[in-house]
Amino acid sequence: MSPDHKDTLVKSSTRHTRAFKASRKRQLQNNLLLCVPALLVLALAAVGPLLIVLVYTFLEAGPYGGVVWQWSFEGWFEVFLKRDIFDGTVSIADAHLSIFWRSFKLSIQSTLLALVLGFPTAYFIATRPAATRNLWLFLITIPFWTNLLIRTFAIMQLIRDQGILNTLLIGFGVIDTPIEMLYTEFSIMLGMTYVYLPLMVLPLYASIEKLDFRLVEAAYDLYAGRLKVLFRIIVPLVKPGIVAGCILVFIPSLGAYVTPRVLGGGKNLMLGNLIELQFGQGRNWPLGAALSITLLCVVMISLLFYVRSTQRKEADRG
Amino acid sequence: MLSVSNVYQSCKLSDPVCSRQIAVEIQCATKVFESRTSSVTALDNVSLEIQQNEFFTLLGPSGCGKTTLLRLIAGFEHPSDGQIRLYGEDITFWPPYQRPVNTVFQNYALFPHMTVRQNISFGLEMLKRSKAEISKTVAEVLNLVRMEELAERRVSDISGGQQQRVALARALAPQPKVLLLDESLSALDYKLRQDMQIELKRLQHETGITFVFVTHDQEEALTMSDRMAVMNVGKILQVGTPGEIYNFPKQRFVAEFIGDSNFLEGYVVARSSSRAKVELSPTYCADLPADDAVQPGTRVSVAVRPEQATLTSATTAAALQGRVSNMVYFGTHTHYVIKLENGDLFTVHQQNLSGHEIEYEPGHAVGVTLNQSTMQILKD
Repeated sequence: MSPDHKDTLVKSSTRHTRAFKASRKRQLQNNLLLCVPALLVLALAAVGPLLIVLVYTFLEAGPYGGVVWQWSFEGWFEVFLKRDIFDGTVSIADAHLSIFWRSFKLSIQSTLLALVLGFPTAYFIATRPAATRNLWLFLITIPFWTNLLIRTFAIMQLIRDQGILNTLLIGFGVIDTPIEMLYTEFSIMLGMTYVYLPLMVLPLYASIEKLDFRLVEAAYDLYAGRLKVLFRIIVPLVKPGIVAGCILVFIPSLGAYVTPRVLGGGKNLMLGNLIELQFGQGRNWPLGAALSITLLCVVMISLLFYVRSTQRKEADRG
Repeated sequence: MLSVSNVYQSCKLSDPVCSRQIAVEIQCATKVFESRTSSVTALDNVSLEIQQNEFFTLLGPSGCGKTTLLRLIAGFEHPSDGQIRLYGEDITFWPPYQRPVNTVFQNYALFPHMTVRQNISFGLEMLKRSKAEISKTVAEVLNLVRMEELAERRVSDISGGQQQRVALARALAPQPKVLLLDESLSALDYKLRQDMQIELKRLQHETGITFVFVTHDQEEALTMSDRMAVMNVGKILQVGTPGEIYNFPKQRFVAEFIGDSNFLEGYVVARSSSRAKVELSPTYCADLPADDAVQPGTRVSVAVRPEQATLTSATTAAALQGRVSNMVYFGTHTHYVIKLENGDLFTVHQQNLSGHEIEYEPGHAVGVTLNQSTMQILKD
């Protein structure tokens, strides 16, 4: 190859690189432009309000609600601690902590109950012939068409002292006096499970539907009985659906407002009600804002732990 | 002392091949898949005996019922009618997890969330074997399929051929009485498939386990089987050794499905107790073995393998007369297509032995000599 020739080649290749770089830059600009609507929505609907709430936690409560623009840590202080009105001694805010604990406990119970009820349901739907599956899924989504409040009142009719359940039980002679279910923690748990059950069923269905049932056959062939097949093969393989369903039920349960309000009868407060109280009758917006941020942190930390633990297991296996 | 009812038994005892124990016995099994709109008969009154330590192949085109039959033995399906016996025991309605039978699936069906070792030990764990026994058996089986180095890999990280070995190892580890293989080699490429064919024969020899192998590949069936069954539309057409099936097909479908065959139409002119004279051309009559169904005056077809016919120069001594219409040279042998006097085409595979290399050019008049001992009267 002549040196001349080589030179042209090199030149042409640099030219190509330059052209390539320019087109890359243009593409990048285009991509950013296309992102703008999404970024705007994110800024206006998520980041902005969250920042406002965050700022409110560091302000002083106004006498008739609202905030006074005066820096203060009182809101955060009151989340965990309380000051005696008379002698000013500081002690742990046990009322808040017990509400935190109740929210956490009831949310976990609802999630587990939803999983236990949702898994067979999703499995049933996923194993129907393809033509009838859509009908079943449609039936699952019907409750979404009804207002949350009305659905909650329906549960109330079911479990109150003169409700369907108690009337039936007494009618059949199983019990003499009605079981008190309404306005207990149990009723809140039941209500949340009912309300959020579709959120468990749908992701579970999506992953069970993708399950290769030949693997189930293979496990049967290798002497695994039904329970072994369920826990050694099906559950590990549909785990993404289980995780998604649990997250989708746990998070709204933790912040639930309507269900505990209606079914808890005002005596079994959950975090959502406590926060509402601060913005309403309590007239303590900074405390309400601080409680909201705390709830957000609790959710994020529990998710982080969950993701971490599943990732570690994956890594161990690999 | 032999009574009439014992004749069957005594025949089995006198025959060295038959004297082995029967591992799987299928009696008049019928399987009908019913849906709201239609019902499909996948198996139609099938009976079959598979002997101990045998490499038995179920061969047939797709949809012939061979996989259904395998699934009946595995227990994934139950027959609509009939019985399945394993070493004499009626297992017709046993669930798969109680049968000492393991399957190598067509797509391997390895558990993707487990390593190679976990996959192989799964069956043993389910049988509640001790930890020590499991690790010992798994090591043995890994050695058997030559996969020791990859034991800790995830099954998604190994190649198709290696997955095939793991699937085999997983099915062999619990030491089943019968191993079922469902088109297990069809996903592999040609070279790998040939290696696995040899490997399978070796494994069968070393483990002494009865293998039941399902395939649609006639070459695979012929090279690997001790005995084989040819199936079509839910029925078993013929059972026999590869040699019997290839050389003495009883039905037209068997002759067509396995290897190449020429079919000649002829008239039965006469018959004796076990043979019939069949006129195949005005100048040629073949004397062939025949059963009672072959009656004088009827038309029958006769199968002739292309390698069982030889070309000669056109003389009246040959059975059939014709002209070469096509010729393809393959080195060891040459394929000729002959247009016979009646217009039918007839294929001849002629071995190219040294000193016999007479080339018959297209257009040449030739005679075709037939090897009478390998010709078969067929049932349609």
